[in-house]
Amino acid sequence: MEMDWYLGLSAVLFTIGVIGVLTRKNAIVIFMCAELMLNSVNLTLVSFSAQLGDVHGQILVFFALCVAAAEAAVGLAIIIAIYRNNLTVDVTKINLLRW
Amino acid sequence: METYIFILFATLAVAAAVGMITSRDTVNSALFLVLNLISVAGIFLLLKAQFLAVVQVLVYGGAIMVLFLFVIMLLNLSDEEQMLSKFSVRYAVGFFLGVIVLSQLLYAIASVTGTLPQIHPEMERIGTVETIGDALFTVYMLPVLVTAILLTAAVVGALLLAQRNIRGKVDK
Amino acid sequence: MDAYVHLVPWIVLIPLAGFLFNGLLGLSSGSFREQKNLIGGVATLAVFIPFLLALWLFFMMSSESEAATVSLFTWIEAGSFTTDIGYRLDQLSLLMTLVVTGVGALIHFYAIGYMSGDEGFWKFFAFMNLFIFAMLNLVLADNMLLLFLGWEGVGLCSYLLIGFWYSDMAKSDAAKKAFLYNRVGDFAFLIAMFMIFQIVGSLRFEDILAGTTLFTTDQVFLIGALILIGATGKSAQIPLFVWLPDAMAGPTPVSALIHAATMVTSGIYVISRLSPFFMQSPELMLLVAVIGAFTAIIAATIALTRYDIKAVLAYSTVSQLGFMFLALGSGAYVAAMFHVVTHAFFKACLFLGSGSVIHAMHHVEHKLHDEGKHVHFDPQDMRNMGGLRKYLPDTYKTFLIATIAIAGIPPLAGFFSKDEILVMTFNAGMGTYGAVYIGLWAMALITAFMTAFYMFRLTLGTFHGEFRLPQKLAEAKGAEKYLHESPFTMTSVLWVLAGLSIVGGFIGIPNFVVATFTGTADVNLLSNWLDKTTMDAELTLSKLVEWFLLFGSVLVAAFGIIFAYRLFEGDQLEASDARISERFGALYQVWNEKYKIDEIYEGGIVRPTVRFSDRVLAVFDMKGIDGFVNFVAAMVRFAGGVARYFQTGLIQSYAYGIVLGVILVIFMLLFR
Repeated sequence: MEMDWYLGLSAVLFTIGVIGVLTRKNAIVIFMCAELMLNSVNLTLVSFSAQLGDVHGQILVFFALCVAAAEAAVGLAIIIAIYRNNLTVDVTKINLLRW
Repeated sequence: METYIFILFATLAVAAAVGMITSRDTVNSALFLVLNLISVAGIFLLLKAQFLAVVQVLVYGGAIMVLFLFVIMLLNLSDEEQMLSKFSVRYAVGFFLGVIVLSQLLYAIASVTGTLPQIHPEMERIGTVETIGDALFTVYMLPVLVTAILLTAAVVGALLLAQRNIRGKVDK
Repeated sequence: MDAYVHLVPWIVLIPLAGFLFNGLLGLSSGSFREQKNLIGGVATLAVFIPFLLALWLFFMMSSESEAATVSLFTWIEAGSFTTDIGYRLDQLSLLMTLVVTGVGALIHFYAIGYMSGDEGFWKFFAFMNLFIFAMLNLVLADNMLLLFLGWEGVGLCSYLLIGFWYSDMAKSDAAKKAFLYNRVGDFAFLIAMFMIFQIVGSLRFEDILAGTTLFTTDQVFLIGALILIGATGKSAQIPLFVWLPDAMAGPTPVSALIHAATMVTSGIYVISRLSPFFMQSPELMLLVAVIGAFTAIIAATIALTRYDIKAVLAYSTVSQLGFMFLALGSGAYVAAMFHVVTHAFFKACLFLGSGSVIHAMHHVEHKLHDEGKHVHFDPQDMRNMGGLRKYLPDTYKTFLIATIAIAGIPPLAGFFSKDEILVMTFNAGMGTYGAVYIGLWAMALITAFMTAFYMFRLTLGTFHGEFRLPQKLAEAKGAEKYLHESPFTMTSVLWVLAGLSIVGGFIGIPNFVVATFTGTADVNLLSNWLDKTTMDAELTLSKLVEWFLLFGSVLVAAFGIIFAYRLFEGDQLEASDARISERFGALYQVWNEKYKIDEIYEGGIVRPTVRFSDRVLAVFDMKGIDGFVNFVAAMVRFAGGVARYFQTGLIQSYAYGIVLGVILVIFMLLFR
């Protein structure tokens, strides 16, 4: 089995995440798709780390994980705050910064 | 043998991802994502990155997704109506752009087909807790500390952002 | 002279320092403006010290000295064209410097007394110093561009000083007129500079004078004619002389300095400086001479009809400048410069004397006002004067001396210079276009007669006879008791200039006078002095002819004086003028109307230009230029109007943007 299958899988997962971000209306789902994209990048990193026998790839994944966690916390807090003001998390309805 | 396990986990991951973006119910989407994360953890195991696999399940699946679910249920959102029920420009354009991205990425991967090395024999040792912990607390000490501060800041920030107004106005 | 040439920048910069001192302190501090003695003293010293420096350089220099140049810094460097702020010290520029600073210092001193009652005292002296600075730049420049800077500078100062009492609309109009007519000449001068640069490749005088062979005769004529037009603007010749009589609106010291002794001689200086160049084209020389001669005679005829004493002197200046141009056109550059020097002496004396008279008449007016009699009369009108020799003795005596000098009676200064011009013009009658030059000589002779005539008309009408004001205005009875001589600061200058008018001619004694007795002689000091710097025509007349011409010019001048006495002695001024106008009839009318030149210019050039500006240029300015600017603004607005649609406020459209960007970046990475 070839190593580029791992990379291909990662690419597919990334693409699905992109499509999700562009398509869905629910802010939380969009956020989850972003997490999916982050995850696919983690997969790429680990696969390269395995091929090269280098621990640094995995360290990077570790830190990316930490940052994703922090980001998730703050992002969800923002979504809650938005919900309080607008009573919706539909992104097509939140457009106060419009021209 | 490896191949089959890989195909299993890969299919599961992709199916879960597709399910996540097409599901009408938000809670369902979150659960699909959990499934996806666990599949990817399995793939990590295939790549002999033991520590990361476990950490993935614990942190991502166990903490972050639980947080997501808390928020979803707190907000008590209604289902997204008319999801995929009628054709809209948004879906078409999004799908189209996604396909372009995918084709570019696959093209890039195709150019290195056959030249990628197999899993490094040292990987068994490298993927362990000891090795990673060794690297983290010696070479990457500073980033670790910074990450600690980052997480603290994130917690405090989340608290501030999401709190109710202390004086005056009652929440709707 | 190389060792001494480093003094030259000091000569130029000290007046500039005077301007900055008086100007800046006067602007900022009200109490400084009260210190009239300080201001006047500093300003006069700022001109006198350069005079002393120039005098010292004069003693160090001999007629054999080579020209020396010094460069302060490189001014312009554009491709193959470089110009320095550089000064050239040679006999010609030193002569002009001496005249400018010497006469200038005297006039500054005079002005301390003359302008003492004026509020803008500090401004006056600041401008005067600025003028001296610009004029020195003009005469000491080693390249045409710096000369042009000085040329424009003196035009500017002339404008500032003529319009010094700017609250009077007529005076500021006169200043504007002077500037605009000068501008026409400057434009021609500029084009001449462009053409010279194109042919020679440099604007330095050394290079131009060394490269005179590079020009064809046609080019010499064209460029020379353009320079001549510039000179007619500055030196008030036909066709651009009309600003000079109007320029009398300025204070009298200004008229004396700028419009008699210095600025108006810059045209003559430039042509003398370029004498080897001008000598290449006989047609050009003829043009210069013709313009000079016609200007001389026309201005003299107009001067005959004027009653304003400053107007008579103004037209007299134009006429004498015409003489200088006639000399230039006859190849007599030394004679022209000689007349510049002597004219500076006696014309400055005449103007300052007239200033003294006007001062006295103003005083009479003030005193009558104090008495309660509100009379108004023109303090410059001859008809209100008369008999002033009793009351203003010093002024009278110096005025008379200067008048005799300008009339050309030996051995005063004007005789020597004017005679030399007449001789050289006759001499040119022996060369190419000889017949024309003889005709010009005849015109010059008639003009010399008229000069003596109208100048004595002026003197006799102003100083002889009885004081006429009480006869004109009943309320002014007994006003003569208020007439008094001017203070010593003013009369001392008059005496110095009168003295120079007496002895000034001896620097240019014609050689043939002495050679008749001693065989050969070389006593013409000025001619020797300027030998290296100008290229004169050869004097080919025999001594007999020269003596004839000399006696002829003296006779003509004497006739003029006698006629004037017969007609204007006593109180016959207006009666005789009436008889003259009867005698000459229509001709006198033409002279009186100043040949209607002002009206012709007004109707033929000024009004059409203003109309064209209004109808065409103003419209172009509003529609075209403003329209273009507005168009640019509208484009920006349009672009903004389009661009704002990118700000949808929707997260997903931003996400679209990001994804597009990612696609592009990956594309470039893959296929670069």
